[in-house]
Amino acid sequence: MGETIQSVERAAAILRLLASGSRQLGVAELARAMGLPKGTLHGILRTLVHVGFVEQDGVTGKYRLGATLLHLGSSYLDVNELRARSLNWADGLAGRSRESVWIGTFHEGQVLVIHHVFRPDDSMQVLQVGAHLPAHATALGKVLLAFDPYGEAPLPLAACTKKTILAREALHQELDLARARGWAADMEEFEEGEVSVAAPIKDGRGVAVGAIGIRGAVERLAADGRLDMDVVSYVRDAARAISRDLAR
Amino acid sequence: MPRQHYVAAIDQGTTSSRCIVFDQGGNIISVAQREHRQIFPRPGWVEHDAAEIWEAVRAVLDDAVGGLDIAALGITNQRETTVVWDRLTGEPVSPAIVWQDTRTDGLIRSLAGSEELFRERAGLPLTTYFSGPKLRWLLEETPGLRGRAERGEVLFGTVDSWLIWKLTGRHVTDVTNASRTLMMNIHTLAWDDDLLAVLDVPRAMLPEIRPSVEVYGHHRGIPVASALGDQQAALFGQTCFAPGETKSTYGSGSFLLMNTGHEPVTSKHGLLTTVGYQIGDAPATYALEGAIAVTGSLVQWLRDNLGLISSAAEIETLAKTVDDNGGCYFVPAFSGLFAPHWRSDARGVIAGLTAFVTKGHIARAVLEATAFQTREVVDAMDADAGLALTSLRVDGGMTADNLLMQTLADVLAVPVIRPVVAETTALGAAYAAGLATGYWPDLDSLRANWHRAAEWRPVAGGPSRERDYHYWKKAVARTLDWVEQ
Ligand SMILES: Nc1ncnc2c1ncn2[C@@H]1O[C@H](COP(=O)(O)OP(=O)(O)OP(=O)(O)O)[C@@H](O)[C@H]1O
Ligand SMILES: [Mg+2]
Repeated sequence: MGETIQSVERAAAILRLLASGSRQLGVAELARAMGLPKGTLHGILRTLVHVGFVEQDGVTGKYRLGATLLHLGSSYLDVNELRARSLNWADGLAGRSRESVWIGTFHEGQVLVIHHVFRPDDSMQVLQVGAHLPAHATALGKVLLAFDPYGEAPLPLAACTKKTILAREALHQELDLARARGWAADMEEFEEGEVSVAAPIKDGRGVAVGAIGIRGAVERLAADGRLDMDVVSYVRDAARAISRDLAR
Repeated sequence: MPRQHYVAAIDQGTTSSRCIVFDQGGNIISVAQREHRQIFPRPGWVEHDAAEIWEAVRAVLDDAVGGLDIAALGITNQRETTVVWDRLTGEPVSPAIVWQDTRTDGLIRSLAGSEELFRERAGLPLTTYFSGPKLRWLLEETPGLRGRAERGEVLFGTVDSWLIWKLTGRHVTDVTNASRTLMMNIHTLAWDDDLLAVLDVPRAMLPEIRPSVEVYGHHRGIPVASALGDQQAALFGQTCFAPGETKSTYGSGSFLLMNTGHEPVTSKHGLLTTVGYQIGDAPATYALEGAIAVTGSLVQWLRDNLGLISSAAEIETLAKTVDDNGGCYFVPAFSGLFAPHWRSDARGVIAGLTAFVTKGHIARAVLEATAFQTREVVDAMDADAGLALTSLRVDGGMTADNLLMQTLADVLAVPVIRPVVAETTALGAAYAAGLATGYWPDLDSLRANWHRAAEWRPVAGGPSRERDYHYWKKAVARTLDWVEQ
């Protein structure tokens, strides 16, 4: 075995101690357990707190494992949990935009609809939770392709309308644009006469776990061919609010 | 352009306190939430610390309202939970006894002779659920409390009353909360001397009963302008303003309320007569209520006490690992059975267990328990009303669960409809406060905000549905006569 770094070993030992037994430990208890002076541990603990692996209790001053560490191994967010956490913000987005709201996650090359709020005009609509949408032709899908670390569109790109992006190069440019702006749109690329806008939902580590967006008639959302930027900001606000909630 | 005003609502629930700020369209502008401790000192006992609740409310109010221009503040609250505090110090003198608490079991039996009187005057069955017996228990078991109560040194209130006292310094309660005490006359809407005599509660400690929609006072210059029990607030938030309109709310427990207009209707099938709301000096609007004690809290129990899931929403994922309940039925009679049975001697059972049953089947049984319990109160409501429900308006945290909503539609055989704000409890309190202060002009302007956000239609068919419900009823029968006198 080659050189090892002593302070990393000590940090690992602290984490092991915090993960075992009584969960919260003071610096004196840690020092005793490791047979080291308290002063040696202070710097290591401060660093562990800084990176979020350890948290200090505001009242007792004792240490416990941090949320960041607990989430490190599991990049998976239950889709039902994502829906429950998004519910209020999705409702609010529907209320403000007066359009239907959709939340999707990436599933085997497609967008899986995990939440759907009707357009709030009491017209006849059917719940689409569980449906699959083509990733390259929808705003939700473009956002997921652009931000999801596992996102990749199945080739060849299938045509949904005359405006669907079919060339890989064009799609890559579109995804670069989405990454640069933090949102994506589909301009009648999935359904003729319909436009959609979406933005990424990120978890506490900044990883995209889903996308939220709206869908509606082109006359309402892009009257003179230009997208209504108010609606774009509603979508981005909702995405940020959910992301903030997930980070808590 | 004038500055944009909003309306804020405090939703002080069983498990958490929330403050939500709404705009004129009824859209959520900001939310803050904080949980408080559930204290279980003995089996059957459930307590809260009212001081901790007040701290939580203060914190969420600051968080949600910070920097916003608030036109009015509304209050909605867990009902029946009983608080007694010192008039001078404003500090609670005992733990708050929570609605789910069954410690008054023995007391209730000793009052059985007055059962008819309570049903007639208060519109309620005599059970551990309501505040009056809890207050009587505190007066008997807390040394010196009765004397202090008679001298007016300590005050009683449900949580609305406690919060209004803290926010404005007035000792009042709203009529919907008062209708849950077994001490208010449901016809006159005043404290009833005969009921007080049976319960042996001194009048000096009771708050003044006020309408649900009026300005009670001010908190930092903001009018505190409504108070409604959480279920009545949800009825208001769902804009069920016309007789016959019905909603069902899915939180810790579940509560189906039907607006019955200006007359209190007496149920023949185990439902409660309750006040729905009262707007200023106008006559009160009544409701029939089917109260189910344990629905969402069973999901939480699966998470916290069994550790089968790590978040409530995961119950859906777990339940979807199987296609049906595998023959397993879960009747969560943790606090006895509420509507339509009203059996405090019942305790929970999991029935139909075989070696085949997995945790996925248990998760299904947990979700189905909510649907079957709803079916029981819908059947009671239909029988009382003499006509069948044609669709169900739902709200609350459990409506995030698609499998549950679909199961509900299947079990009830009617469409289940969620409006565009699932937080109807807070919305209702906000509506009421905004109405009191002229932020909204009238009930029609509130109705215009109601929109369908989702609808689940029944798909699973008749015979299997009726067979499942038959087994559910058998499981319910097995919960009875468990607690012995
Ligand atoms: N996806 C879900 N599936 C099933 N149950 C859920 C889901 N999400 C939340 N719940 C349950 O719903 C309840 C929370 O709903 P809600 O926030 O409306 O209740 P609450 O208002 O906090 O209750 P209370 O007012 O009684 O404190 C919890 O009991 C939780 O277990
Ligand atoms: Mg609630």
